[in-house]
Amino acid sequence: MVFEAGQGHPGGDLSATDILATLYFGILRYDPHEPRDPARDRFVMSKGHCTGALYTALAGAGFFPEEELSTYLKPNSRLNGHPNRTYLPGVETNTGPLGHGLPVSVGIAIAGQIDAADYRTFVLTGDGELQEGSMWEAAMLAGHRKLDKLTAIVDRNRLQQGARTEETNSLEPLADKWRAFGWDIIEVDGHDHAALFDTLGAPAAGKPRCVIAHTIKGQGISYMRDQAGWHHGVPNAEQYAQALRELTLEEPDA
Amino acid sequence: MSAAPALSADMFDCRDAYVQTLEALAASDSRIVAVVNDSVGSSKLGKFRDLFPDQLVNVGIAEQNMVGVGAGLANGGKVPFVSGAACFLTSRALEQIKADIAYSHANVKLCGISSGVAYGELGATHHSIEDLAWLRTMRELTVIVPADPSETAAAIRAAAAFEGPIFIRISRMPVPELEHSAPFAIGRAEVMRDGSDITIIATGTLVHRALAAATALGEQGITARIVNMATITPLDEEAIVDAARETGAIVTAEEHVVRGGLGGAVAEIVATRHPVPMRILGFDGFQPTGSAEWLMARAGLTADGIVKAALDLLSQRRA
Repeated sequence: MVFEAGQGHPGGDLSATDILATLYFGILRYDPHEPRDPARDRFVMSKGHCTGALYTALAGAGFFPEEELSTYLKPNSRLNGHPNRTYLPGVETNTGPLGHGLPVSVGIAIAGQIDAADYRTFVLTGDGELQEGSMWEAAMLAGHRKLDKLTAIVDRNRLQQGARTEETNSLEPLADKWRAFGWDIIEVDGHDHAALFDTLGAPAAGKPRCVIAHTIKGQGISYMRDQAGWHHGVPNAEQYAQALRELTLEEPDA
Repeated sequence: MSAAPALSADMFDCRDAYVQTLEALAASDSRIVAVVNDSVGSSKLGKFRDLFPDQLVNVGIAEQNMVGVGAGLANGGKVPFVSGAACFLTSRALEQIKADIAYSHANVKLCGISSGVAYGELGATHHSIEDLAWLRTMRELTVIVPADPSETAAAIRAAAAFEGPIFIRISRMPVPELEHSAPFAIGRAEVMRDGSDITIIATGTLVHRALAAATALGEQGITARIVNMATITPLDEEAIVDAARETGAIVTAEEHVVRGGLGGAVAEIVATRHPVPMRILGFDGFQPTGSAEWLMARAGLTADGIVKAALDLLSQRRA
């Protein structure tokens, strides 16, 4: 998609892909034909720039045809650079500017708390995104209200657009910060599907849960791994072919 | 916070109509939720909280989160009325209003309380006289500015019934109950008094002042049409074009800066569809400390100020 579109955010897509795969094909309860079913589990992509991963998951889950992925970023495509709920089923809220997904997810979880509803709310945030103050406003309220059907997953790839998070504005001690805001903490290998499945499906703890998923930006493609430059890089034809070989996908017929 | 200006028997604080209507709605519809930023008192929602404790969400002093939480509550099937001082709600959380509410087409009702210069003495940080300009740039966000208690109540009911994002600018500055010529409807201007020499288009707290100005102008043999522009977005363009064509001169009046508010909205239509001379009455930039009424008088936002602007415009047109 990124290769065909000539732009995108492949590094962050790849760090989040295993998390999204585990959510959409193991954890979340949804019916792609009833995307606004009030009883559905919600997933909010707070790191809204990683639409390459999100759209692939939504297509695989049946919210729209997989063939449509080839329209990514093309004029008038429903597959906008950042997700839009008004024209793409499966998207819960429009994200893109960082720091928005967690507050909206907290609101969803409060609605569920008021109604004593059964659904769960999951939100995936970038780690650099946690430099936004609005995330901590929301984290504080979630802890205060003990929103135990809310799970925030931090894609802890340790890189933001320009450099490493710890060199830019350090997040550590990250688990302690969430704990201090009243959250249950689980740390997990964000590329281990079995561990992710167990963690994301773990019973509620009487408070909101933060899963710090240790990931590698650009996971699965050797030249992108852990490189800040691939935040929004685009592979050339040779790199594209190499990426497909490494991911053991077939190269499409030229 | 500063004390509200004194109310007399025939002057009202529109917040009362707001909360009474919200209480009535919440009693019959459990989806109605009030969302506040530690603003239960300033939004007069104390009784609402006591009546419907499960339908009030207090996020604390956190406006960005308040608006995001509102969008989330709407996602969960609620009809949230997000209620906070207009100055903080609109400017602190503007990106949330854009992305989470307007762009996401979330069914959220934003209620900007104590708008304009109601917090006069507290200074320009607490004046909300830029909000219409910021919000008016988004066609996707409906914007309502009620003029009196009954219109406030009607606007709140209309907002609850309306599917989509909406902002309602609620004043605490005392206003009288007005005699309306038509029931409130989103997007429809109300001609409150007809006239052929000039039109005064006013919104919110300026409507009753414009009506008083029309009476004073009438004593000088000038008939002024008074248009209550309670909906800023979507704007009733035809009422503006009719006014330009039929009266040939327009004065606008609003408790807002002269850039980008009602006057700007009217001027865009007048300039492109039927150019006529105009005056735009409002504040010219940040305001000093002082009572709300003093600030209004200083800016000419009084019946006398509107009369003066109208006479000035008419004399210029005849020259």
